[in-house]
Amino acid sequence: MNVTQRYCYVYKPLVFVAGLAPLVWLVCGAFGWFGASLGADPVKELEHECGKTALNFLLLTLAVTPVRNILALPQLLRLRRMLGLFAFFYAVLHFTVYVVLDLELNWSTLGADIAKRPYITIGFTALLLLIPLAATSTNGMMRRLGKRWTSLHRLVYVIAILGVWHFYWQVKRDVREPLIYGAILALLLGYRVVRSRVAARTRADLTARSRAGLSLRQSEAD
Amino acid sequence: MPTRVPRIAPSQITPPDVWFSRRTLLTGALAAGVSTLARPAAAAGGPPAEAAPLAYTANPRYSVSEAPNKYEEITTYNNFYEFGTDKDDPSRNARYFRTRPWSVRIDGEAEVRGNFTLEDILKGQPLEERIYRFRCVEAWSLVVPWVGFPLSSLLARFKPTSRAKYVEFTTLYDPNRMPGERVSVLDWPYVEGLRMDEAMHPLTLMVVGLYGVVLPNQDGAPLRLIVPWKYGFKSIKSIVRIRFTESQPRTTWALAAPNEYGFYANVNPTVDHPRWSQATERRIGAPFLAARRPTLLFNGYADEVASLYQGMDLRRYF
Repeated sequence: MNVTQRYCYVYKPLVFVAGLAPLVWLVCGAFGWFGASLGADPVKELEHECGKTALNFLLLTLAVTPVRNILALPQLLRLRRMLGLFAFFYAVLHFTVYVVLDLELNWSTLGADIAKRPYITIGFTALLLLIPLAATSTNGMMRRLGKRWTSLHRLVYVIAILGVWHFYWQVKRDVREPLIYGAILALLLGYRVVRSRVAARTRADLTARSRAGLSLRQSEAD
Repeated sequence: MPTRVPRIAPSQITPPDVWFSRRTLLTGALAAGVSTLARPAAAAGGPPAEAAPLAYTANPRYSVSEAPNKYEEITTYNNFYEFGTDKDDPSRNARYFRTRPWSVRIDGEAEVRGNFTLEDILKGQPLEERIYRFRCVEAWSLVVPWVGFPLSSLLARFKPTSRAKYVEFTTLYDPNRMPGERVSVLDWPYVEGLRMDEAMHPLTLMVVGLYGVVLPNQDGAPLRLIVPWKYGFKSIKSIVRIRFTESQPRTTWALAAPNEYGFYANVNPTVDHPRWSQATERRIGAPFLAARRPTLLFNGYADEVASLYQGMDLRRYF
């Protein structure tokens, strides 16, 4: 099997199954299958687990670039779209559980929550921002948008910050877990900042050097 | 009539002061063996067969008609940060917590002060069962059949002086026994307080049991407070100190986040938590899509307690 085949027939299906595992586990818990349980408040458990799983996939998506650079595995990029779509999938589930099972379709409360509760406002914003990214995740859209696709998908940085902030803000007191998410996100974004600085400096060096070379050659010619 | 606790014949019941002083009953397998013999099989939703029964009388005057939550729900869904911050942490981490010997220090503005053993505290206090609503500040609620006695009849024993304006309660601080206290999520020990008239109110209960059995560790054993018209965090658990004070006690949650948690913490659907609404609540254990219900002013106890706050701005004194 070549790399393309390995990704197509082995790695991608594995990631797909792994991505569905949290959902399967939650469904087992909801019905009490295989000894799984969602505890005394299944609604909150579903809501929180879907939200956290969405954040997990968001961070995994953001980890693809650093990992492929560091481990020199450029082909990892082939898994990124699926990871991102799972983040979207669990974010939608999280929102659905909140609206249907938690608020019990009380639309006026939903409106008030989004307008008045800052942590819900930012969580909802993050969800809305994910929609265009999911919608433009196809090969056709990538081709059609060209360079603008990359700019559009940089939104994921904003989304991840909003998502972790949303988590941090809704915790009553024990913020250790959201802080861990924040630290990982800072690492993933920090890596990009440092790398782009280094790249900019290298570019500047190269330009300077090539200019110097050019003028040297020019003076030789004179 | 709501679903009720299975009744136990009086002959099968150990009087509470005898039970509480009977050390042998409290150690491991022997205790389980002995008390199992003395009890009928546990009914679904009730306490397990090995739980130690208490002698009590039901007090319908102070009981709501709503169906109580299952014993399992009341004992696995706990906010008791001394044993961990997840809801299911206390039921796991408090399993081996020893509540004997236990003593309560009484001090401050009272004529009678000193250390009292738990047996002393319980002496001469007939136990009663009251089915109360329990509303957490996190907007979930339970209905619990507590077993206890009015705080007022305990406090009267210590003859508070005219300078006693408030009562302050303190939870045990022992990080070796309460692992959650090794993490500084709150400023330990946990402290709560009531105004004297709130403390003396007939609804305010000192609790030693639920569902007719001795209070499980994760629910605040051996002695906890229940103030049914206030958010759950006011109902302090595992009490080791009661102090009468002239000034308002500095309570743990009010210190941790003064803009979010006040000293009064009366259940009030019109005064929101800064980060979430208090207008409605979700009843634990209720069926899917039928769990959310409107929150009642003073948790439905307005007829009994609203007069305590006459003329007070409940928005300011939240």
